[in-house]
Amino acid sequence: MIRVVLPQHLRTLAGTGRQVQVAVDGPVTQRRVLDALEQEYPVLRGTLRDPTTQRRRPFIRFFACEEDLSHHPPDELLPASVVSGREPLYIVGAMAGG
Amino acid sequence: MTAVRVLVGTQKGGFILTADGSRSRWEVSGPLFGGWEVYHMNGSPAAPERLYASQSTGWFGQLIQRSDDGGATWRPMGNQFSYDGQAGTHQWYDGTPHPWEFARVWHLEPSATDPDFVYAGAEDAALFRSTDGGASWSELPGLRTHDSGPDWQPGAGGMCVHTILIDPSDADRLHVAISAAGVFRSDDAGRTWSPANHGLHSEGIPDASAEVGHCVHRIARHRDLPDVLFMQKHWDVMRSDDRGGTWREISGDLPSDFGFPIALHAHEPETVYVVPITSDSEHYPPEGKLRVYRSRTGGGEWEPLGTGLPQADCYVNVLRDAMAVDSLDDCGIYFGTTGGQVYGSSDAGDTWAPIVRDLPRVLSVEVQTLL
Repeated sequence: MIRVVLPQHLRTLAGTGRQVQVAVDGPVTQRRVLDALEQEYPVLRGTLRDPTTQRRRPFIRFFACEEDLSHHPPDELLPASVVSGREPLYIVGAMAGG
Repeated sequence: MTAVRVLVGTQKGGFILTADGSRSRWEVSGPLFGGWEVYHMNGSPAAPERLYASQSTGWFGQLIQRSDDGGATWRPMGNQFSYDGQAGTHQWYDGTPHPWEFARVWHLEPSATDPDFVYAGAEDAALFRSTDGGASWSELPGLRTHDSGPDWQPGAGGMCVHTILIDPSDADRLHVAISAAGVFRSDDAGRTWSPANHGLHSEGIPDASAEVGHCVHRIARHRDLPDVLFMQKHWDVMRSDDRGGTWREISGDLPSDFGFPIALHAHEPETVYVVPITSDSEHYPPEGKLRVYRSRTGGGEWEPLGTGLPQADCYVNVLRDAMAVDSLDDCGIYFGTTGGQVYGSSDAGDTWAPIVRDLPRVLSVEVQTLL
């Protein structure tokens, strides 16, 4: 299972705690994790990616293993420790505004 | 027993203010969707317990929420707002082409007869429609693809469809207002559109009397006079007696004809309310006195209404969608400010009192009269 840490607003929206777990079939990539997340929590559709272009929203960031993965290709494999479930994928709302 | 429910959208959530018909004691509930911008909440005239809310942030995009129990519980509905076909470009502030990009829903306008039928006015300017209670949305592309679309440009708040009027005598007749393109009207339920700006004069655009390009802030109509429209433009308060065919100025003796909202008395179609603001570069009331102005003559002659409102050191604004009336016998009128106050009057504006003082910046106010 892939561990995903959600930002506060999306926890409230999805009715979850800080961290959720999703099952991903096949190679574990950003795209597949987000697909699995939206499958499990349909209310999150459109909140992380533009529903038409499927591009990451500009104020959404992806961190893992102390790295910023936001600009990595969506079909690139995530780090092994995320794949193994040892480390979570952090979905973060960019720090901006009040 | 009659009651009034005031739906308040703010920059950090939605609030519902309720009172019985006396409107003397208010209960404040919220925040709904705390921390999110709630540009608008509106109730279905056909089923008043059905409420719609536009919830958005720059981080997580757009959500539409729906309540079927008067706001006690909510559930997220469809949030896919896709432009029909290639969206193309409009003008950016500097006149260069800019891609049409969906940002948010500014205004929700439910049908008078069908609780599942609701229009949504969007930024960048487009009109969407749901016929399944908000579960899915489709664009009425005839508006955005009007020949003048590539020349539309945003106002300071963005390029948005902020007003949607459904003609009470014929639901296929629609008017929308777009900042900063102007008024458009449709006689075929939104399939085709034509500009309705003849008579407007705006000095901030190259051709002051152009067919499109006017920064219309708000239009309003009384159900008993469906051919008459009132407008608060960027500058100028205007009136049309032929459904927007031609406009004439009714600013008269207002201290400033710049402002955002305009509203009509529920039972007196020629009684009009505006909130004068100092200027386009000073978005606060003249002399630091918050005053609603009322005309009982359909415009031209205005009287200040400030009893109970701050009359010194007040520098808030009242945004375009933030004033509304109830339909009780003694018409109530309500408005919210950028300082987070919501004021109400239960005597048609003669006297005012704050209902709540310390909300976030108020973006919109709608009122339901519950009989």
